[in-house]
Amino acid sequence: MAIFVQLLVAGIATGAVYALVASGFALLWQTSGTINFAQGEFVMVSGFIILAVMSFFAIGVVLAFVITIPIVVFIFGFLFKRVLVQPLIKHGDFPLVIATIGLAILVKEGTKIIWGGNALSFPEVIDDRILRFAGVRMSLADLVTIGIAAVIIIAFQWFLNYTFLGRSMEATAQNPDVARILGINVDRMILYTFLINATLVTVGALLITPSYFAKFSNGEALGLLAFMAAIIGGFNQVRGALIGGFLIGILENLGAFYISSEYRTAFPLVLFILVILFKPEGLFGRREERTI
Amino acid sequence: MIRETKLDQEIQATRIVEDANEKIWQRIKFGAIVLMVAALIIAPQFAGNYLIYVLSLWAIITISAQGLNLTMGFAGKVSLAQGAFMGIGAYTSVLLVKNGWANYWIAMLIAAVFCMMIGALIGFPALRVKGHYLAFVTLAFNELVILVLRNEEQWTGGPLGILNIERPSMFGYSLFQPVRFYYFCLLMLGIVTLAVWYMIHSPWGRAFKALRDNPNRAESVGLSTTTYTLLAFAIGSGLAGIAGAMLAPLVEFIDPSSFDLNKSLEFLLMVMVGGRGTMAGPFIGAFFAKVLPELLRFANEYYLIVFAVFVMVVILFFPTGIVGIGSYLKDRFFSGKEKESG
Repeated sequence: MAIFVQLLVAGIATGAVYALVASGFALLWQTSGTINFAQGEFVMVSGFIILAVMSFFAIGVVLAFVITIPIVVFIFGFLFKRVLVQPLIKHGDFPLVIATIGLAILVKEGTKIIWGGNALSFPEVIDDRILRFAGVRMSLADLVTIGIAAVIIIAFQWFLNYTFLGRSMEATAQNPDVARILGINVDRMILYTFLINATLVTVGALLITPSYFAKFSNGEALGLLAFMAAIIGGFNQVRGALIGGFLIGILENLGAFYISSEYRTAFPLVLFILVILFKPEGLFGRREERTI
Repeated sequence: MIRETKLDQEIQATRIVEDANEKIWQRIKFGAIVLMVAALIIAPQFAGNYLIYVLSLWAIITISAQGLNLTMGFAGKVSLAQGAFMGIGAYTSVLLVKNGWANYWIAMLIAAVFCMMIGALIGFPALRVKGHYLAFVTLAFNELVILVLRNEEQWTGGPLGILNIERPSMFGYSLFQPVRFYYFCLLMLGIVTLAVWYMIHSPWGRAFKALRDNPNRAESVGLSTTTYTLLAFAIGSGLAGIAGAMLAPLVEFIDPSSFDLNKSLEFLLMVMVGGRGTMAGPFIGAFFAKVLPELLRFANEYYLIVFAVFVMVVILFFPTGIVGIGSYLKDRFFSGKEKESG
């Protein structure tokens, strides 16, 4: 039982990061129809930017993170939207998918050339310690990750549900046409979702890079997990992506321990395929009407 | 009595000019194809072994890209498992030959049929639902295939792969020499191209196009979306299987990372950049992805970056791919429209 709780906590910690990255992914998808194949690479490169800022200013990781946010928001929020998404969106979602795949390769290979192919270590937000709690061993870093993610998620949900701007964004996400009729500046809302996504991605980088290290190829797996989390949870609800993220994190950790560690990454994949086949709108999503 | 107005005459004149232009355009296309084929046939006279190897690879990749083009360009569904199907084809044929269960040609056939069956198996449920679900399922499928190839070491050799794959012989001629293997690849490319061409110009192919362009209407005139799309997807996967069975003896070595999701994404980029839904698209796409980097050796390390930027630029300015540039030029120089404004 103690082991089960331990695994659960570790699973929730990784799941929390997936949830953050996945909800940004779902937000872009809903508001602008951008299926961002470069989402994982955004997280990966944000980790490297944090490291670069740390060594440039000789400062701690938390301060570097704060400085990195505007940088990432500008490049992977504002520029990404203006330069790549805006001109392509009128051609439908498909050319945009291709363009984001191209962007993913660009970011990945660029990172490899700038920072090299080796994994760089990345400092924890707080020095890691093992806490014992009624026979259950837990990593302090995991608990901090869960805490930070919880704060962000609650703030994010509050923003979406209780502020005017947030509700306008939610409306844009649910139905851009109706939102436009209601007088919401849809283009502006879409831009905001890109900025928010970039912020979420930077938080994700801060939380996940200490355990996965900073390596150019790390974005691939993470992007795929975010993508699966969004669909498993139901991509037409930001809430769905959040729950999907946690579910995947827990499933990975429990499956690796109880069934097979070689097939650790297979469990989310199988769940993903099952969800698509039997409940394509996602576990918590709304069923979409067929359009003629 | 119908009197021909001036407008009618003008329309007719334009039509004659357009028809003539269309004929010239057809001739240019035909001439270009003949030149290309001739160049490919005499290439070994001028090219070293390495370039011959690259061209063989190009031919194989083009076969697989044509498969994806069938699924994507003609049936309008995105598949992200072309790499995995190539892997299944490669591993199936290699294991059959290595264990002495079949000769190379039977093994290739089995690999192709096997890929078609798996394609049908995963495509059938995914195609019942609308949207990009085939893409999502195939994406997950690709990852699963790689996991199995990595972990089932007693069969697949694990992450290290299988070494020393022999090249087959054909009608008693050993294909061990690079030039002979190259001609084998060209022959296969020719056969596949003709088959694909025949398929999309048959009533069957027109059904594909109808489904891509307006699924609702196609269904209302009695075409079954699922059946046709599934067929396109299965055949596309089968072509990947054939390409995989050819890739293994060319490289003489296979490992899981040669067939991972990146490879599938690369195929997607090739077909898009070349121009999806056109015959020439896969040839052009595979050229840009496989041959050009070898010709531009100086840019080896940066080539992926250059390719990525190139893809984005092409998509930004010509969402229909490089073939789109061709038809743009055609409209510019070979149609009556320009004459009017000029």
